[in-house]
Amino acid sequence: MTQPAVFQTISQSSKWKKTLVQARYAIFHDVSGFIGFVILALICILSVISPWVFPVDSASNAAAILQPPSTEHILGTDHLGRDIFAQIANGGRDLLVMALITATLGIFLGVILGAFSAIIGGKVDSLLLLLADVWLSIPRLPLLVVLSAFITLNSVTFAVLLAILSWAGLYRTIRAEVLSLKERPFIEAAFMQDLSLSHIVFKEIAPNLIGFIAINYTLLMKATIYAQVGLVFLGILPLEQNWGVMINQAWTQGVIYNPDSIVYILAPTLMICLLIVSLVWVGKSLEDVFHPSLRK
Amino acid sequence: MQTTIRFIVNRLLKMLFTIWLVTTIIFFLIRLMPSNPIDRYIETQMVQYGLGAEEAKAQASFLFSMDLDQSLLEQYGAYLLKVIQLDFGNSLLSPGVPVMSIIAERLPWTLFTVGSGLLLSFVIGISAGALLAYRRDRWYEPVVSGVSSFLSSIPDFLIAIFLLILFGVVTWGGGNPILPIDMLRGNYSIGVTPGWNLAFLTDAFVHGLLPILTYAISQVGIWVLLMKGSTISTLSADYVTLAKVRGIKPRRILTAYVGRNALLPISTEFAMRLGFIIGGSLIIEQLFVYQGIGLELLKATSGQDYPLMQGIFLIMTIAIVVSSFLAEIFYAVLDPRIKATKGAIT
Repeated sequence: MTQPAVFQTISQSSKWKKTLVQARYAIFHDVSGFIGFVILALICILSVISPWVFPVDSASNAAAILQPPSTEHILGTDHLGRDIFAQIANGGRDLLVMALITATLGIFLGVILGAFSAIIGGKVDSLLLLLADVWLSIPRLPLLVVLSAFITLNSVTFAVLLAILSWAGLYRTIRAEVLSLKERPFIEAAFMQDLSLSHIVFKEIAPNLIGFIAINYTLLMKATIYAQVGLVFLGILPLEQNWGVMINQAWTQGVIYNPDSIVYILAPTLMICLLIVSLVWVGKSLEDVFHPSLRK
Repeated sequence: MQTTIRFIVNRLLKMLFTIWLVTTIIFFLIRLMPSNPIDRYIETQMVQYGLGAEEAKAQASFLFSMDLDQSLLEQYGAYLLKVIQLDFGNSLLSPGVPVMSIIAERLPWTLFTVGSGLLLSFVIGISAGALLAYRRDRWYEPVVSGVSSFLSSIPDFLIAIFLLILFGVVTWGGGNPILPIDMLRGNYSIGVTPGWNLAFLTDAFVHGLLPILTYAISQVGIWVLLMKGSTISTLSADYVTLAKVRGIKPRRILTAYVGRNALLPISTEFAMRLGFIIGGSLIIEQLFVYQGIGLELLKATSGQDYPLMQGIFLIMTIAIVVSSFLAEIFYAVLDPRIKATKGAIT
């Protein structure tokens, strides 16, 4: 029978309470972080409700193409006479979902490789480290463009490919983190109990990496959105409904030379900026939570 | 001395290894992937033009400058040998033109825009960052830091779009936009003879202005933040305090004591960023229709010009690897401690 501890710190009292306290701190402790969370939440809410509230009308209307903002169309219309605001409202969903999938895969890969490499050590470790160094010096975007000539990219293959391509940076940071964790007594104790390697990685080390993972998650999402929008703009990824596609279409339609419809290209560009900046700020505020020593 | 040699040899080997790896990946993509370009080429020749298998194969081996009758290993060897001589064969889209001559024509333009953009942002960012570290109590410090973190996080091609709209579309009340964007496509105007004359240089500069500005603006935030952090940590070092105690002028402390040492860790970052920007140049050059290596790579990819594609990709990789090699050597010369710690590992 276990006896209740006499003194309880926040971390012992309840996992939920601790998470809540941390979340509250992450959201409210500084202005830019708060703005980041608000923007991100707004974009998420918009993405979820917009199919019902602001459905995209795919029917074109030749009588009202490239109109400036008006009361009927808040952001004007595109080159086929469709409402731009509805497209903006629906355009973030794909980007977010793709970024989530890629970031999850990438983090998974990075944690497994980084943790095992740091624990096993020896030749495997130095070989992986060398490979990561080499991998980091291959330019990512050109590689994706070149690969697109050999592999037909769709959303799924692209997500997997990007996750695989981004293993090296994550691997290096996570390896360094695990190396420092490895010196701690509780890991040593786990080794002395002859626990299995997978137990040590997933039960002992991974929970201590949560903060680290959360920070890198936002960074990886940011990198994914950058690559995705870039490739969509270059016309390499198939066109679906997202902000990158809107920029691409506005660009190919020469909207930029038409002062009336400048909103058509400006709106998705601004939305992508907002999304990325909010991710960066959220990441920074998470960093303050999990790495208190870095606080100013 | 021995550590220096070991360090340099070490880095040199790593550099060669990277280039070899990329070359090998490209070879296997072209030769061994299911439905690889050579097989596909032979197939189309046979189906569309009714050539015999042997004939089609001969044509393919001529086009891709590979002897397809040899074993794969021999082909690989021959391919490596050619790459060492920087011979990537001829372009498929413009037959008879060696890939290297196309690259030699395009690469300087990309280096010019990327290089000057990076240098501009470096100079501005470093000075602003060092200044901010000194003036941490002023009202503008959080403003500049905020703007820097904003600029460093938004993608460079979105900055390019904003610049295009600001300079090329919005008329600012006057009749015309500030820059005639549609006249600024390409690297220089028609009728200007390339060479060391003033007309050409100014023309080339005006054409490259927006790409350079884009690179500079997208990078400047990172330098400000890095330099600020680095300077703040240097400011608390003992030798800086001692210099102050000795009554050395603040300006001299800033340049000779703080600036130099704060700059050290940042100089390697310079090479790292280069690779990132060269990757980004794909989109920037497409946006401004600037005839650099990035635009050429896009054209090669959409036109399935495999020799040109692999040549450009390899050149990009080599450029990045060599510059990061030089940066590391440079860093080691400036700060001998690096050799001792980094030379030993890997």
